[in-house]
Amino acid sequence: MNKLPLRARLATSVGGAASKVSRLAGRGDGSVIGGVIGLRLEPGLLAMLAQDREVVLVTGTNGKTTTTRLITAALAPLGQHIASNAFGANMEAGMASALGQAPDATIAVLECDEKFIPSVLAATKARVLVLLNLSRDQMDRAAEIWLLARRWREAIAAAPGCRVVANADDPLIAWAACEAPNVTWVAAGQRWHDDSWCCPRCGSHLRRNGDDWKCGECSFTRPPVRWALSGADVIDPAGRVRPLDLTLPGRANQSNAVVALAVAEVFGVDAVHALRGMRDVASVAGRYTTVERRGVSIRLLLAKNPAGWLEALDVLRPAPEPVMLAVNAQTPDGKDTSWLWDVDYRRLRGRPVFVGGERRTDLAVRLEADEVSFEIVAGIDEAVDRVGRGSLEVIGNYTAFQQIRTALGRAA
Amino acid sequence: MTGKMRLVWVYPDLLSTYGDRGNLLVLERRSRLRGIGVESVFVNSDQPVPRDGDIYLLGGGEDLPQVLAARRLRADGGLADAVNRGAVAFAVCAGYQLLGHEFGGADGEPTAGLGILDIRSGRGERRAVGEIVADVDPALGVPVLTGFENHQGVTRLGPDAVPLARVSVGTGNGDGTEGAYAGRVLGTYLHGPALVRNPGLADLLLGWVVGPMRPVPPARDDLALTLRRERLAAIAP
Repeated sequence: MNKLPLRARLATSVGGAASKVSRLAGRGDGSVIGGVIGLRLEPGLLAMLAQDREVVLVTGTNGKTTTTRLITAALAPLGQHIASNAFGANMEAGMASALGQAPDATIAVLECDEKFIPSVLAATKARVLVLLNLSRDQMDRAAEIWLLARRWREAIAAAPGCRVVANADDPLIAWAACEAPNVTWVAAGQRWHDDSWCCPRCGSHLRRNGDDWKCGECSFTRPPVRWALSGADVIDPAGRVRPLDLTLPGRANQSNAVVALAVAEVFGVDAVHALRGMRDVASVAGRYTTVERRGVSIRLLLAKNPAGWLEALDVLRPAPEPVMLAVNAQTPDGKDTSWLWDVDYRRLRGRPVFVGGERRTDLAVRLEADEVSFEIVAGIDEAVDRVGRGSLEVIGNYTAFQQIRTALGRAA
Repeated sequence: MTGKMRLVWVYPDLLSTYGDRGNLLVLERRSRLRGIGVESVFVNSDQPVPRDGDIYLLGGGEDLPQVLAARRLRADGGLADAVNRGAVAFAVCAGYQLLGHEFGGADGEPTAGLGILDIRSGRGERRAVGEIVADVDPALGVPVLTGFENHQGVTRLGPDAVPLARVSVGTGNGDGTEGAYAGRVLGTYLHGPALVRNPGLADLLLGWVVGPMRPVPPARDDLALTLRRERLAAIAP
């Protein structure tokens, strides 16, 4: 990303966005939640538990758990108890349980599954809604993503007091958030483009120039941003450039961090203070953890869908570092393995590759088509034995990742 | 066919929902393993569809992209010309529906398709999601189909189309049949990388272009056949 035009774009947006922030600051702190408590027990419970707290909801296809963790770290300078479903239990029960366990918390940072946003936004009267990205994921049980974005638009329209922090680089996210009265736009980047070739508003082909995009036919354009990721640096609303220096690896986490800084700003925490705690985050619910096993140092990466795999492959240490890939297709993973064919595995050529998981044959056929050499293994220990010494990277999808953590004795 | 075989992936920007690239990769691989030169062309929806392709591939898509793709392909005319000239077309899911006379649009309303295949589709009551197994029309000499379906379409065949297969597990067209073909145009509800688990179907398409072919070296076919066996065994009643 070219810094100068970006700064220029930032400058044009600062005035308008700053006035919106000051208006926001005048809002009450967790005003009375009026209205009727729903007939269904669970939404009612969630609403009751969220009452009188400042709630941040975090959603999107990828990065929810990590961003939730980074926001919690960023808000630490406030010195308040923060409730959070830090381990990825992101449905209503998980959120209610996180709130119930932290009765003194005045702030709640909650990861929320994409499809529950309408009901949870209404129930929690969230102060901030964070929209990270949308891409194809578990299509055998999730809604098509355009329909999801349309439901978010309706939910946001019904919550005019909520500030939306949204990734302007993802056109579908921009469309979901663009009618909201209060938006902090963040240039958080978009590595995966294959679900956003077309304008979400009119369907025409989008024109792209770097991270910038606009519709060739209707007037839909990438909104001017207030925060931006530029290389490994963040550019703040005043145009200051700061290195992120995260412990967490990868571009995706830099992107999540810039979003967290934009949320911290809403709470009046400046970037210098917010970054201190964020830099200490080293692993999130087992992800990015390094575990020793029989003399081999294993690093665990989670990837659940094509965009997530793209980001995980980016994080891998270069060849000849060995890697094990593990894929399952249980209900939480999605029972359909078609997505394997949306991932480009060719860059794994030239290193030892071990293939495991319950659907290892599906994965093996995929790698064969990409002319990647591999060995099939029964589990993590067989891969460890074949590596012998040194280090091993492991990428697994959801239940495969959990099985490997269990096999490693939860040291992970 | 003169020189290299040309594979044309039609509108990957609109019709590539879930692993559709797999069909292209399988056709490329099985051609190369037989020493057949192959070249692939990706045609986005803002580009004209070339008329000189040998095999045209259409993937799945969400409702709005499907409507747009049908509109643009009708206006472009390239696919219909190529098929009339004898080119092969292989379409899955949304791509299959839009080859027909009509299909259900974003709100289920009847929407005009290309009329290349004598089928009519609409929206069913329930979404069909899961493994599908279907016995292929014996005239085609292709082993039983195994795949995954994820659609809410119901398709009825007219007199000029023949069912591709009879469903034993799953939903397919909704009347016990699955997919359709006529001449060298073939469509199926097996979504995404349908050819991965069905190399026999891939070879049928390739054979329509180049005529009789030698088999793929067995060692290079092992994994795909193992995958077929695993998936068929996993859902055996």
